Amino acid sequence: MIIKQLSVFLEDKSGSLTDLTKILSENNINLTALCVAESTDYGIVRMVVGQPERAVEVLKQNGFSVNLTNVVCIQVPNKPGGLYHVLQILTNNHINIDYMYAFSIENAALTVLRSQSVQEMIRVLEDNKVTLYRESDIYQLE
Amino acid sequence: MIWNKEIECASREQMREIQSKRLVEMVKRVYDTVPFYHNKLKEKGIEPRDIKGIEQLKDLPFTLKTDLRDNYPFGLFTVPQSEIVRIHASSGTTGKPTVVGYTKKDIDMWSEVVARSLTMAGVTKNDIIQVAYGYGLFTGGLGLHYGAEKVGASVIPISGGNTAKQIQLMRDFGSTVIACTPSYAAFLGESIAKENIDPSEIKLRVGVFGAEPWTEELRTEVQKLLRIKAYDIYGLSEVIGPGVSMECDCQCGSHINEDHFIPEIIDPITLEVLPYGELGELVFTPVSKEAMPLIRYRTRDLTRLHADTCACGRTLVRMEKCLGRSDDMLIIRGVNVFPSQVESVLLEMEEASPHYQLVVSREHNLDTLEIKVELNEKYWSDEIKVLEGLKKLISHKIANVLGLTATIRLVEPRSIQRSEGKAVRVIDNRKLK
Repeated sequence: MIIKQLSVFLEDKSGSLTDLTKILSENNINLTALCVAESTDYGIVRMVVGQPERAVEVLKQNGFSVNLTNVVCIQVPNKPGGLYHVLQILTNNHINIDYMYAFSIENAALTVLRSQSVQEMIRVLEDNKVTLYRESDIYQLE
Repeated sequence: MIWNKEIECASREQMREIQSKRLVEMVKRVYDTVPFYHNKLKEKGIEPRDIKGIEQLKDLPFTLKTDLRDNYPFGLFTVPQSEIVRIHASSGTTGKPTVVGYTKKDIDMWSEVVARSLTMAGVTKNDIIQVAYGYGLFTGGLGLHYGAEKVGASVIPISGGNTAKQIQLMRDFGSTVIACTPSYAAFLGESIAKENIDPSEIKLRVGVFGAEPWTEELRTEVQKLLRIKAYDIYGLSEVIGPGVSMECDCQCGSHINEDHFIPEIIDPITLEVLPYGELGELVFTPVSKEAMPLIRYRTRDLTRLHADTCACGRTLVRMEKCLGRSDDMLIIRGVNVFPSQVESVLLEMEEASPHYQLVVSREHNLDTLEIKVELNEKYWSDEIKVLEGLKKLISHKIANVLGLTATIRLVEPRSIQRSEGKAVRVIDNRKLK
């Protein structure tokens, strides 16, 4: 149930995000989810893609500083209280979230969650019947 | 092994005799052939016949880097151009380059001192040495090359850069010795680690590193990365090039080839000669050079000299690792800053890499210091709070060491410019008049 998220360190300079997406485009790698966390002089681009290992390889070849981070992807109903329900479960089980990002289409919202205790989070979510995406599901989202 | 036992283990008296004889001869020679020295000695009221030996060295005038520039290009040569077989020149970032010339005999002497140096590091004719210093106007490449050939080692004149090729030849030829700048050695080591090469394929055992100041911390790092013993070789083109001094196996300072390059330590303010053991500016008199001998050349390097016999058996005077060239010293908001201080801080931290750059600027008449630091890829986190914490920690440690606040800027690995294997450690954007 662990999803390997790509994390890329980018300096804050013009065109760096364009260069990154160009490499992915040229190698036919599709982005399922993406978020940029920015600081004053650099940013971290977090991405969920279909073939994370291959993406890491091509990015490294092109000089990007990239690594893989274990995250969990869940499906939340696209309606008021959908996310609240899941977060309540995690809070009750004392699982802290380091960061998260989400987007919704039609009836569902894909939510990416990062925690120091990924395995524990997966167990709690499964016990509570939250829908988790598998790596193979991510491929299909492409 | 000692290459030239007679000289390297001579008694202090024997050494003074050699130095005296050569100094007397050299002073007469430059007085007769170089107008610059003729006038300089006359101004001081010195006639060559007044100089009887080494004890009078302290009475002779100094030579500065600006004197070399003022006599650009060949003004300090003592021999006609037809006797010159080689010309080297410094990169000269400010104004004209510094030019040095060599006769056939000078090249032989240079090869001899580099052969002594390589032998100090345990290099023999059974070694395969990869010379990854730049070949060209810079003295590093050809200096090491001739000395290594003299030792009888197999020399790979690969020059600087082209890291993939360096690693390939290292594997295919089984190089046992690498000679380059310490920053490039660190870069090579990191590249090898990244490629997941089986360590048994790399046969390196000795590194001969110089041409830029480096710290003990960087030595530890490079030794670990390349699984070698790293030796410091010191030199400057004005004196000869690499091989002015070199560390022996004891690594308790670098032995100066003082039969050719007479060292002194002076107080840079009063210009008085300081006794052994005291910190001051290093001054060399390359006394046996034919083409371009210099009288008391001020190196701007700050160090100490020690004259006790080394555990290796050599009696050659030892110099401590230079704290930095006074040329490298920056004055930021009135505080003296050496790039090597920053390097020491970064190398103590596993998360940072030894690749950094100081950028000094002036905004509204106030100096600012920004330190760019390449992250060690193994340690970088994808969480902003972790990276911000790291920046804070570096900033805090730097402030403790320098007594100055610096802005830390984390940059992508391998993004700091490396020119000709010599790292660009400082960019000073201040426009000072």
